[in-house]
Amino acid sequence: MRYEAPNSLDQAVALLANASGEARVLAGGTDLLVQMKTDLVDPVLLVDIKGIPETRQVKEEAGGFRIGAAVTGAELKEHPKLKSVWPGVVEAANLIGSTQIQGRATMGGNLCNGSPAADSVPALIAAGAKASVVGPKGRREIPVEDVMIGPRKLSLTKGEIIASFLLPPKPAHTGEAYLRFIPRTEMDIAVVGCGVCLTLDAKGKCTAARIALGAVAERPLLVPAAAAALVGTSVDEGAMQKLAAAASAACRPIDDKRGTKDFRIKVAGVLARRAAQIALERARKS
Amino acid sequence: MTKHHVTATVNGDEVEFLCETQETLLDVLRDQLGLTGTKEGCSTGDCGACSVTVDGRLVCSCLMLGIEANGKSIGTIEGMASGEELHPLQRKFLEHAALQCGVCTPGFLVAAKALLDRQPNPSETEVRYWLAGNLCRCTGYDKIVRAVLDAATEMRGA
Amino acid sequence: MQEKVNDAPGSDYTYVGTRPIRPDGVDKVTGRAKFGADLAMAGQLVGKVLRSPHPHARIRSIDTSAAEKLAGVKAVITGKDFMDQPSEFIPAGEMMINYRDVVRNVMAREKALYEGHAIAAVAATSAAVAKQALKLIKVDYEVLPHVIDVVEAMKPGAPLLHEDMYTAGVEPAPKTPSNVAKRIEFVLGDVAAGFKQADVIVEREFTTKPVHQGYIEPHACIASVSEDGTADIWVTTQGHWIVRAHCARLLGWDVNKIRATSSEIGGGFGGKTVVYLEPLALALAKKARRPVKMVMTREEVFRASGPTSGAHVRVKIGAKKDGRIVAAEAELKYQAGAFAGSPVQPGAMCAYAPYDLENVKVVGYDVVTNRPKVAAYRAPGGPISEFAVESVIDELAGRIGMDPIELRLKNAAKEGTKAAYGPKFGPIGMIDTLKAAKSHAHWRTPLGKNQGRGVASGFWFNIGGETSVSLSLNEDGTLSLTAGTPDIGGLRASLCMMAAEELKVPLDKIRVQIGDTGQLGYNFLTGGSRATFSSGMATVEAAREVMKEACKRAAKLWELPEDAVEYKDGAVRPAGPNAGKHNPMTLKEIAGIAGKTGGPIAGYSRINAHGAAPSLATHVCDVEVDPETGKVSVVRYTAIQDAGRAIHPSYVEGQYQGGVAQGIGWALNEEYIYGADGKMQNAGFLDYRVPVASDLPMIDTVIVEVPNPRHPYGVRGVGETPIVPPMAAVANAVANATGIRFTDLPMSPPKVLKALDEARAKGTAKI
Repeated sequence: MRYEAPNSLDQAVALLANASGEARVLAGGTDLLVQMKTDLVDPVLLVDIKGIPETRQVKEEAGGFRIGAAVTGAELKEHPKLKSVWPGVVEAANLIGSTQIQGRATMGGNLCNGSPAADSVPALIAAGAKASVVGPKGRREIPVEDVMIGPRKLSLTKGEIIASFLLPPKPAHTGEAYLRFIPRTEMDIAVVGCGVCLTLDAKGKCTAARIALGAVAERPLLVPAAAAALVGTSVDEGAMQKLAAAASAACRPIDDKRGTKDFRIKVAGVLARRAAQIALERARKS
Repeated sequence: MTKHHVTATVNGDEVEFLCETQETLLDVLRDQLGLTGTKEGCSTGDCGACSVTVDGRLVCSCLMLGIEANGKSIGTIEGMASGEELHPLQRKFLEHAALQCGVCTPGFLVAAKALLDRQPNPSETEVRYWLAGNLCRCTGYDKIVRAVLDAATEMRGA
Repeated sequence: MQEKVNDAPGSDYTYVGTRPIRPDGVDKVTGRAKFGADLAMAGQLVGKVLRSPHPHARIRSIDTSAAEKLAGVKAVITGKDFMDQPSEFIPAGEMMINYRDVVRNVMAREKALYEGHAIAAVAATSAAVAKQALKLIKVDYEVLPHVIDVVEAMKPGAPLLHEDMYTAGVEPAPKTPSNVAKRIEFVLGDVAAGFKQADVIVEREFTTKPVHQGYIEPHACIASVSEDGTADIWVTTQGHWIVRAHCARLLGWDVNKIRATSSEIGGGFGGKTVVYLEPLALALAKKARRPVKMVMTREEVFRASGPTSGAHVRVKIGAKKDGRIVAAEAELKYQAGAFAGSPVQPGAMCAYAPYDLENVKVVGYDVVTNRPKVAAYRAPGGPISEFAVESVIDELAGRIGMDPIELRLKNAAKEGTKAAYGPKFGPIGMIDTLKAAKSHAHWRTPLGKNQGRGVASGFWFNIGGETSVSLSLNEDGTLSLTAGTPDIGGLRASLCMMAAEELKVPLDKIRVQIGDTGQLGYNFLTGGSRATFSSGMATVEAAREVMKEACKRAAKLWELPEDAVEYKDGAVRPAGPNAGKHNPMTLKEIAGIAGKTGGPIAGYSRINAHGAAPSLATHVCDVEVDPETGKVSVVRYTAIQDAGRAIHPSYVEGQYQGGVAQGIGWALNEEYIYGADGKMQNAGFLDYRVPVASDLPMIDTVIVEVPNPRHPYGVRGVGETPIVPPMAAVANAVANATGIRFTDLPMSPPKVLKALDEARAKGTAKI
């Protein structure tokens, strides 16, 4: 098994594009090493991207943030500004695994591992994040919700890697939050995850919203119908009920060792409501 | 098979080793450097028995490759005491009987130290959530949490 | 908060009852202590096991030739490398095992009986070569239909695991084989007549899933065999004499050929009282003529080492309006895994043991299924049967309108009670723990929103057994104590304290170690809550022998008859009329004259420790239920248990707290999840969900002391009882919070939410 640690994106892209067999990007390694050990994957080449500056930096850019794809959850939490602007995203990244996992795991890896239950993804989708993708044909930006197309299946082509995420400028009176349901208090894969971002006008009426669900379909979902339940309302009890119903209706989950279909559908509605409540309080304060 | 040549610092001492790509830091610490204090409980990052610090950051060494340690400063349980003096956490674990079989103890001590290095005055809830990645099957966590809180108090000079 | 009540009389001890730092503690907090996988031997090979991918299959042939030819492979073994064993049951802790089954479990012979069953093993120069070698072993399987559910396995026409299994304990003996290994029965009085007297009867059926002991340290050993056939094995185990015995038997070697050394053990809870890797490592080491190290991965631990039974239990209890129980019945169907030997017998024994009843009938079935062979798990069988009984008692209390503690007090077993399984109890602490629960602040604290409170009691009988301990007086007056029961969590501290209490010398003058099988006579394993009791009893006897011998030597020196000299307050003194005639001699001074008065002084105790006494407990649990998600959180817990006498209270509290945590996991989240294909889906700590630190509150404990009159310090074993009450305590609390009685464990959120929704539709939900 070959190991390469390029210092530039071009080098990384070339290595991946020209790989003769299975090649994998190594960022935090918290999913990859487990898969290697259980023989789910047997790469001939590992490309460690942590030496590439863009993947490891958090910068303020164009009124928003550019977050390197290989910045760890722990580092996100320690950034002086990010948590106060995008608390939901930072909290979501810091729900992955344990303190030890958060010391290594990255949002780039969390997304590209291709699990519909990834914790940071619904938060990124709700925030309107874009993935800045670099490949043999150059750079492009795609909404995060378009990166995963199915379990372990990405819309990226050979040689493409996510270099960074772009978080847009946050409008005034905007709040976001991510909640997940797990049977214990920590350490579990999300049975349902929900990210909510909403914007209020000066009078407290909702003018924009993005609702995303994880672990309830073959990939994380952006749910426009759920957003529509809130937009134009004061996010009152009636709107919340419609939100919950829309969230539940959007689910197409499976029965598995972590939860049943019915449970996921029900809890999606409960979490949407609870996350929306936190987002609302954050929006009112901002 | 070509091995990688790695230099790093472990508990303040410079070390050198050769490792294959897929060898984890845990494998290297235990099998090559003879530092068996760090334990393997699951090798999937779910139990924390392999906890070490890398440049001060708490991680599972089973989820890091040996090659990734190049140029890094690693902290293991063996480096926690200073000479003959135990770290307050080690002393408090003993006083509070915060260990029974002791196999999870190195992981807990390394993790607890990483907490107190950052947060000298944690609440019980903060301690429990920080340590959620360290499994203990013997103690039910009660005495471990008490020991950590007591060590924090002593270290604050309170 | 940790408390003690009923401080036992005679408790003005110097050491016993205090909380010194344990002697092996420093090594454990510095990483110096060596566990099973921490030893390396020069030239060692890596051993790996090939395991069956099928839950049930006939093995037509195994071709290891390609594996043997692979460069770096030094030995390959299959079932043929072990001696077939005739059927013979022997005790293993609190369960019985059969060597004919043991030899087949460590390596399959005719059939693969569960996914994960060991088929072959290799020793190679590296893990990578070993892994590759396993892939080269060709096994011709004839896949057979499988059965993994206990009720399904009992049905006629179910896939048959053993063609020669005819249910024992049934008259007349069945003519066709089945998956039911045996039927047992305990009867007291006449339950039919009893039920006729009852004013209220509650009958319920319960199901529980297999759960794993969950020790953080996987099985590990390193074996070395010399050219003359002498062998050494370093192993993490609860009983190295047992390891030696099993390996010698399976390999056909004399017992003395194997020296087994127990490493520090990273948790066992009963799961390390049997052998898995050890005979394989020895067989490989002999063939390879090099040491072989074998360590299970966590996945192997789940797929191939024994969990405890999953079960189906029916309980029926009848009582009078005043709370007096007049009849109690139970039917237990426990799954044993691939070979006979579930803990249905101890489960049946304990089901009603906390109560003084006239009419009891418990029937149990031991049923095989295509799953890993079950191993003991802390009070084996007890938590399952007592979960069912304590749940029904709770429901009964509700129906009668009686406080659940009062109902238990009304029927509590006490000194003189005859248990359904035979013995008459000496003094026991059931009433004491119930009264302590009733007067505890926890019982009086008001509950919050969506919260409920449950109480449950529990019983475990505890065992004694064969024990050898050696205590040597060193030339400078210090002492070396060698015991043979591996120290799972504080034993060395307790033994040191008992020896110090006897000899009246400071603790640091006695160094305790756990010896290997060459250093002591036979020692039964650490299990059955026996180590502090048995090794403690033997330590006391050895200490008294040392004191007696010391007196003898002084008597020689002083030219007095032996009975005119006594050991008192840490020194040998002339007694009675001769008092004061000679200066007292300390052990140091006695050691100085040992050589010229007869030789080295030691006490060597070899006993079969009798007089082990039951430990009773009552637990109180508060839960909070999230009405919208069904998630249950334990918000407060108090464990009250009779320790007889707590030698080192911190480690007694630790046993209470640890058992509670395991019981809570069993109640709420832990289970083996199988697909219809008979394969385990959650063979790792990610989806096999043990409690983490943030899941639990502080676990308050109360140590009650009703001394055991048969032990010099009044000790009762305490390790197992703590895991018995929690499942019912939690279920009773959930019932109190929701109005719903859960009879199927674990009470995971999807189940709870579903039941809540159904109850709401009927109007019976409380939240």
